[in-house]
Amino acid sequence: MGAFGLLLLAAMLAGLGLGRLSIPLPTVAAILFQDIVPVTKDWSVLDERIVTLVRAPRILIAALSGAALAMCGAALQGIFRNPLVSPQILGISSGAAFGGALAILFGYSGFMLVGSAFAFGVLALLSVGFVARVDGRTETATIVLAGIIVGALFAALVSLVQFVADPNSSLPAIVGWLMGSFASATWPRLMLAAPAIAIAAIGLYLLRFRVNVLSLGDDEARSFGVKVERDRWIFFILVALGTGAVVAVAGVVGWVGLVVPHAARLIVGPDHRILVPASALLGAAYLVIIDTLARTVSASEIPLSVLTAIIGAPVFALLLRRSRRQENAR
Amino acid sequence: MIKLRKAGVRFGSRWIFRNLDLEAPVGRSLAILGPNGRGKTTLLRSLLGFQALTEGRREVPAVIGYVPQSGNGDIGYTVRQIVATGRVALRGLFAMPSRSDFDVADEALRRVGMERFSHNRFDWLSGGERQLVLLARAIATGATTLVLDEPASALDLRNQDRFLKVVQSLREEGSHAILFTTHLPQHAAMVADDALLLFGIEDRLCGPVDDTMTEANIARLYGLPVRIVECRVENGSRPARGIVPLFGQEELIAS
Repeated sequence: MGAFGLLLLAAMLAGLGLGRLSIPLPTVAAILFQDIVPVTKDWSVLDERIVTLVRAPRILIAALSGAALAMCGAALQGIFRNPLVSPQILGISSGAAFGGALAILFGYSGFMLVGSAFAFGVLALLSVGFVARVDGRTETATIVLAGIIVGALFAALVSLVQFVADPNSSLPAIVGWLMGSFASATWPRLMLAAPAIAIAAIGLYLLRFRVNVLSLGDDEARSFGVKVERDRWIFFILVALGTGAVVAVAGVVGWVGLVVPHAARLIVGPDHRILVPASALLGAAYLVIIDTLARTVSASEIPLSVLTAIIGAPVFALLLRRSRRQENAR
Repeated sequence: MIKLRKAGVRFGSRWIFRNLDLEAPVGRSLAILGPNGRGKTTLLRSLLGFQALTEGRREVPAVIGYVPQSGNGDIGYTVRQIVATGRVALRGLFAMPSRSDFDVADEALRRVGMERFSHNRFDWLSGGERQLVLLARAIATGATTLVLDEPASALDLRNQDRFLKVVQSLREEGSHAILFTTHLPQHAAMVADDALLLFGIEDRLCGPVDDTMTEANIARLYGLPVRIVECRVENGSRPARGIVPLFGQEELIAS
C-alpha cells in the first residue's frame, strides 16, 4: 500500500514537471512549497503559472478520476463476483456520454455539459434498475444484462447525436470529448467534479467490507440478514456519482475501472478492505501517468481512451494469462 | 424457530405445494424428502424467504444459517474470511470483522473439524471440505435455525460421515432448529427427528422418523421398493441401519 502511495506521489511530481515546456523537478518542488519553505525565486512567472494553473488542476483531476474509476471497478467486480465487470457495465458511462454529447450539440459547455452528462448517467442507472426489477426482486445476472441493454441504447443515441451534429463545429468537439481528455482541466472544473468524486470515494471506502459481504452471493447474504437490494443500490448510486462525475469532466475514459482492480488484486489479494484503497491509489497513479504520456509523447495530445486501451489491453491479456496459469498449476 | 402456515406456492397455473404447515422448533431436526421436481427446492427457498408465498404465512428469524450446496467461492477468500464474513452480514453497512468475529469463526471451524484449513483458499478446497466450511459459516452467524440444501448428497462416503457427525453433534446439543432436504433416506433416518415426505401437491406425511420412514412410505415416495436392513457391527453395540433401494424391481411395489 505504501508503495502505491509513493508511486502516486512520484507520478504526480513527474507530471508537474513534464510537458511541452519541461520544468526541472527541484523547481517544481520549490514552486509548490514556496509558501512553506523559504526558497529563492529563480523561476519565471510562466513556469509558475504552468505548474499551478495548468498542470496542478489537471493532475489532480486525473488522480481523482483514476481513483474513482478504479474504486468503482473494484466494488462492482466484488459485488458481481465477476472480474470482467467495469463501471461501463451498468450503462452509466454510455448514459453520461449521451448527456455530454447532447449538451455539446446544443452548444453548451462547462456547467451545463457536466450537469447533463451526470444527469443522463443517473438516468441510465435508473433505467437499468427498472429493467432488471422483476416481481419486486432484482437478481445480479439480470442487472448485468439490463446494463448491456441500456448501454447499447445510449450508445446508439450517441451515434445519432454525432450523425446530426454539424461536421464543422460540434462534431469534432463531441468526438474529442467522447475519447476522453483532461486538457480542459482548470481549478473551477476540478471544484465542480471533486465533491461528487469525493462522496463516491469516501462512501466506497467506508463500505469496503460490505463488498465482501455482498460477494457471498445474493441468497446467502439474504439468509444472513442482509438487505441485498438496498445495499446494492447504495453501491450503484455511489458508482453512478463517481463515474458520472469523471465522464462529465474528462469524457469516457475506458479500461481504468477494469484493469486497475485486477492488477491490484494480484498484488494485495481479494479482500476488499485492502483492495478498495489499493485500487484507488493505483488507479490514481495509472491515470496521472497515462495523462502525462498523452500530452508528452507527441506534438498533439493523444485521446486518453486510446492510451488506456493501448496500454490496458496488453496488460489485461498478460494478467489474464498469468492468473489462468496459476489456476491450472495449483 | 421457523414456521409455515397454510403455505402455498404457484408458478403460473401450476401449484408446487399448497396448504402446507411446517414447524421446526429449536432442538429438533427435520428432513424433507421427495422425488426430483416435487418442490423440495421451492419449499426450501420459501422457507428462506427467497421465494414469495402465493398464499399462507411464514414466520422466520432475521438470520438463518443457510448452507447452500456449494458456495460462491471463486473470488479467492480464505476459509477464515468466508466464515467471519457470514457473521458480519447482519451488523450494518459499515461493519468490519473484529478480532472476536475471527475467534468465533475459528471456533466454528474447530466444530466442523476444518481448523487446519483456516488459511487455505476456499475455492481450492474439495466439495466435501467446502460444505463443512459453509456449515461452519452458518454456525458462526449465531443463527438458531440452520437450513441445509441437500447436504452431503454429492460427497463421498468418508465425507458424508464427517458431515453427518457434525450435524448429529449439533442435534444432540439441542441448540439449533435443523432443516435439510435430502435424496438419501438413510441420512434422514440417521440425523433427523422428523421427516416430511412430499408425495404430491397437497399429499404429504410429516412425523417422527420411526413412524414415517417405513419401507412402504419410502417405496411410495420414489416409486421404487426399498428394504430397511439392520447390520450387526463386529464390536459395535448399536446395529447400523441401512435403507436399501431395490433398483430394477419396481414390480415388487404392487405386492
